[in-house]
Amino acid sequence: MDFKAPVESFAGSVREVSIGSGAKTVKIGGENRLAYSPFDEGSTPNPPRLALEVWDMAPEDWPESTTAPFADVLSDPVKWAQKCVDYGADMVCLRLVSTDPSTKNAPAEAAAQTAKQVAQAIKVPLIVCGSGDEKKDAEVLPKVAEACSGESLLIGPAVKENFEPIAKACQEHGHSIIAQSPLDINLMKELSIKLSKVFPADRIVIDPLSSALGYGMEYSFTIMERTKQTGVAFKDAMTQMPIIADLAAESWKTKEAKSDEKQGILWEGITAVSLLLAGANLAVLRHPDSLKLVSDTLR
Amino acid sequence: MAVKGTDIVKKLPDLGKKNCKECGFPTCFAFAMKLASGGATLDKCPHLSPEVTEELEDALSPAIKLVTVGTGDNALQVGNEEVVFRHDKTYVHPTGIGLLISDTEDSAKVDEKIKKISDLQFDVVGINLKADLLALKCDSGKKDTFLALVDKVCKSTGVPFMLICEDADILLAARDICADRRPLLYPVTKNNIDKIIPAIKEKPGPLGVKADSLEELIPLTTRLKEEKIDEVVIDPGSKDLMEAINDQTFIRRAAIKQGFRPLGYPTIAFPGTLAKGELKEILVASALVIKFAAVLILTDFDEFGLRPLLMQRLNIYTDPRMPLSVEEKLYAVGEPGETSPVLITTNWALTYFIVSAEIESSKVSSWLLVKEAEGLGVLTAWAAGKFNGDSIAPFLKRSGVEDKTKTRKLVIPGKVARIKGELEDALPGWEIIVGPREATEITGFLPGYAAKLKN
Repeated sequence: MDFKAPVESFAGSVREVSIGSGAKTVKIGGENRLAYSPFDEGSTPNPPRLALEVWDMAPEDWPESTTAPFADVLSDPVKWAQKCVDYGADMVCLRLVSTDPSTKNAPAEAAAQTAKQVAQAIKVPLIVCGSGDEKKDAEVLPKVAEACSGESLLIGPAVKENFEPIAKACQEHGHSIIAQSPLDINLMKELSIKLSKVFPADRIVIDPLSSALGYGMEYSFTIMERTKQTGVAFKDAMTQMPIIADLAAESWKTKEAKSDEKQGILWEGITAVSLLLAGANLAVLRHPDSLKLVSDTLR
Repeated sequence: MAVKGTDIVKKLPDLGKKNCKECGFPTCFAFAMKLASGGATLDKCPHLSPEVTEELEDALSPAIKLVTVGTGDNALQVGNEEVVFRHDKTYVHPTGIGLLISDTEDSAKVDEKIKKISDLQFDVVGINLKADLLALKCDSGKKDTFLALVDKVCKSTGVPFMLICEDADILLAARDICADRRPLLYPVTKNNIDKIIPAIKEKPGPLGVKADSLEELIPLTTRLKEEKIDEVVIDPGSKDLMEAINDQTFIRRAAIKQGFRPLGYPTIAFPGTLAKGELKEILVASALVIKFAAVLILTDFDEFGLRPLLMQRLNIYTDPRMPLSVEEKLYAVGEPGETSPVLITTNWALTYFIVSAEIESSKVSSWLLVKEAEGLGVLTAWAAGKFNGDSIAPFLKRSGVEDKTKTRKLVIPGKVARIKGELEDALPGWEIIVGPREATEITGFLPGYAAKLKN
């Protein structure tokens, strides 16, 4: 019996999304094969990217291991973001936590100005995330889009309840959008379909939610793996978007990550490695050591 | 590549048209379909020639051979996998995680490692997570030194083990003092295979075959198969993680999709040779848990590395068709007392993890009732009739919560607010409080609620 190397080739490809303007443009997606499969036919023009997260207010409940690397800049998002770049982040993810109605309920305008300052201060592309409150985000994210017009940000999360105003503003000001759905491939496709009717599909990044290791990671893993497979192998246009694995907060919220620094770094690192192998094109991390570790391991 | 019933039937008597019913099935075709799905065995048909029996046995055997290392309750089984992607069905035998002990390590280190393999165990929802085997390696090149280590490990632990030695004479001598424990012998290479074969025929046991590439493995496994030796794990000798992902993926695809027998064996890898550093080694191992490795040998590990690795293995090998569930009972989160809040949720492991983690982070000790609901989430369980007034009330009475607390207020998930009425009817004396819709809101809800309870 002769051995024939089981090289595979696929008919579909993931859309390529550009984030950032001018010299700092970074592209994600664009591949027409599965993750980490350089041995198959086709190409992977853009390697997966790693971002570090920055909050627009000093976090109160982060374990010390994650605040220590940023201890001097935690109340200055601009300096914090610059430090992330120094640590080797391909992108920065600014989280407008202060706008959350259940905490500071900061006004949209102020948050938008912070986003603008951060975007202009760093030499890598910026991702801007709202607080996750769907009503407030519908107010905050369009302001961010407007204030940062021309910066080609990646803005989100847009969910089925609030995507319309966010999409409209991102469309007008040239940004890309994160379409978020709750751990379900069908709900994800449904949102992609609705969103792509009012927004260019090649500026959508999908976020099927990233559960942490031990807390449902296998669901995120399998949804990402299936998403990539249906897009690449079965040419389903509504799953052919790059995937973002926003796993920082979920990983560091676990008691296992909080209780021991090395274990925390591995908790975040293994979650990232797993989801990147499943097909995520972009991962958002918190600890600079896990960023470095994941980057060294998978590149 | 699973063999199809329609292919099997052609091999049965009279091209599958005999239909004598002696196998207990109405037709040859029905028997063939059962054979293909694993619901019948070949010996039920009395009319098969030995040649056809052998051919069908081979066709019906799993695409990836099942291999057992060790004996008894501790034995490690790997292989028998049927799919490339876990969502195609499920993975079956979790990656065996091993700890390396070199015969050049001092005795304190050896003792520490022997202790680690049995001490580092973690309980997760009633599942015990632990490493599976020890890998004893001859680095000294001295037979006596290596045999002394093997002897010591044999006497001090029942954990399965693997013997690693480049010198086949020393390897076989070590095997001879512990053959009854079925150690995995490694490496079998093109240089020593002639010496190994007769020794294995004499005392059968699992072998680890190593070559410098996937192609070079093929003549070795083929040769062993001709000698009727097929309890084998294979090592394609990958140089770095990316090469390992390539090799492991090709082996899995060749076995499953091409039905290529010479690579239809579980694999072994050594993350420590692919990356240096304690954290990086664990991360590389985690990548290989996903990328099909059946056995991984680590140079060392501690609690902070082993726990996340075993947790990841549990996640990846959980059957995606069967939600993981926890036992139905009353759980104490923190140190609840007689005025602490009482909450209820369903027994999907994920629901339980998240709800109990949120209660913990709210720092309010509480009683958490976890109701059996076939491992479904709250809303699905309600829709399936597993989480309603009639079924919750008897469980609450049974749980003993009424003896533990004076509280007669039960917090239900906000998503099933509609059961408040029926639950109050079914539980006289209890007031039903509609809690948060999402678990993440528990930290905001509990402190204020608990303060009110106390007043």
